Amino acid sequence: MNPPSEPIRLLAFLIGLIIFAALNAAYLVWLERKVAGHVQRRIGPKEVGPFGLLQPLVDGIKLMTKQILVPDHIDPILFRIAPPLLLIPAVMSFVTIPFSETLVARDINLGLLMIFAFASINVLGILLGGWGSNNKYAVIAAARGVSQNVAYEIPMLITVITMVMITHTLNLNEIVRQQAGGIFNWYIFRWSANPLMLVSFLIFFTCSMAETNRAPFDLGEAESELVAGYHTEYSGMGFGLFFMGEYANIVIGCSLATLLFLGGWQCPFGLWPGVHWFLIKLYLLIFTVILIRWTFPRTTIYGLLNLSWKILIPFALFNLILTGAMLKIWPLIFP
Amino acid sequence: MSGYFAEIFSGTKSLAIGMGITFKYMLKPVVTVQYPYETLKMPERYRGHIELVKDPETGEAKCIVCGMCQRACPSGCITVAGDKREGEKKKVLGKYVLNFTTCSLCGSCVESCKSGAIKFSKEYNLASTRKEDYILDLLQRLKEQR
Repeated sequence: MNPPSEPIRLLAFLIGLIIFAALNAAYLVWLERKVAGHVQRRIGPKEVGPFGLLQPLVDGIKLMTKQILVPDHIDPILFRIAPPLLLIPAVMSFVTIPFSETLVARDINLGLLMIFAFASINVLGILLGGWGSNNKYAVIAAARGVSQNVAYEIPMLITVITMVMITHTLNLNEIVRQQAGGIFNWYIFRWSANPLMLVSFLIFFTCSMAETNRAPFDLGEAESELVAGYHTEYSGMGFGLFFMGEYANIVIGCSLATLLFLGGWQCPFGLWPGVHWFLIKLYLLIFTVILIRWTFPRTTIYGLLNLSWKILIPFALFNLILTGAMLKIWPLIFP
Repeated sequence: MSGYFAEIFSGTKSLAIGMGITFKYMLKPVVTVQYPYETLKMPERYRGHIELVKDPETGEAKCIVCGMCQRACPSGCITVAGDKREGEKKKVLGKYVLNFTTCSLCGSCVESCKSGAIKFSKEYNLASTRKEDYILDLLQRLKEQR
């Protein structure tokens, strides 16, 4: 079979990725509510459809049919561009993520860099949403969101730099290819590259959770203090887009952790690599993220910033130096 | 400096233990009662609104229309009326209306009843949007129970 022509392929990927992002947002909410329910020994959604499976679709229809209320004295442009500004970078990041060796929309050489470039833009969405909506709670939430993102982008990027030093490439598919052949070739278990790889993974995972404003780092939308945070004034699909963007970001964060540390689409015992392994690892990580939300209480803003500046950044820097040293010393010992 | 690492280690450990606990709880069976489909049995001493007790011999209400409950009620929400019928010694209950909007479920009526003709029901599904639904004709209810 001839490969389909480029424009058709891109269109198919575009539609597929948007549907993937939307379905993920919808069904992660369902999963979240189910896990929350069972952790608290309840059932969770169960009325609409079997096991409440139609609940997210019904919720989506409700959000779409709702009137979009626009409060007085807002910044009319910023208020309206903020939700898409949060969602679009998240969907764009999916473009370079290799679901399997061949199933990738665009195998860009600088894929990793592109994802982090877009990840920084979505902070702007939060800031503008809070700033534009003429609401003091939203502004406080936006300020918190930005300080949090700045604080956590640093250890995350340092960890990514250590990964790039080891892998010598920014191409995500290439990084996964290097982890072929069993669980001990995954970068999380590559002790020879850096004995503290597990710590790197924990730093990266913690940071990606903080980047997406997930509990226990959800200070940007601390309900008990800030009503609903930066999307307080949004209703209907404006709120819906914020929500989708947030869940898409969780998927992106977990995909990156899977690709960089857990071998992406590689099989743990070297058989049948493919998209299924990527999805299994991805959803296990997402499940962990959800379980973390229902286990730990929200930190304070000081606790959050202390964790980043006093623990994560020193450890990440130490890791960076150690990796650099290992890269030079290892070939000398074992030429 | 040693405190720094000890704190990180103990913190990480306690987080892992916490996640273990929530995971274990997630797998345990649910404890909630799915209300409209399942209901709990009301305990023996539950106080719903009052209802009349049936006399097992005659099948009629045990009430002798003495009017003690009506007098004992602090908020005056019970109305009892009876009539003398041909060929019978005692009065026969003709009307027993409870105005549940003012009833505070104090139980003075049940205590004051010498013939044990009223008791607390186990009824609690009483939500309504109309006030008239709470003017309860207990004699009617007794007949419907039959």
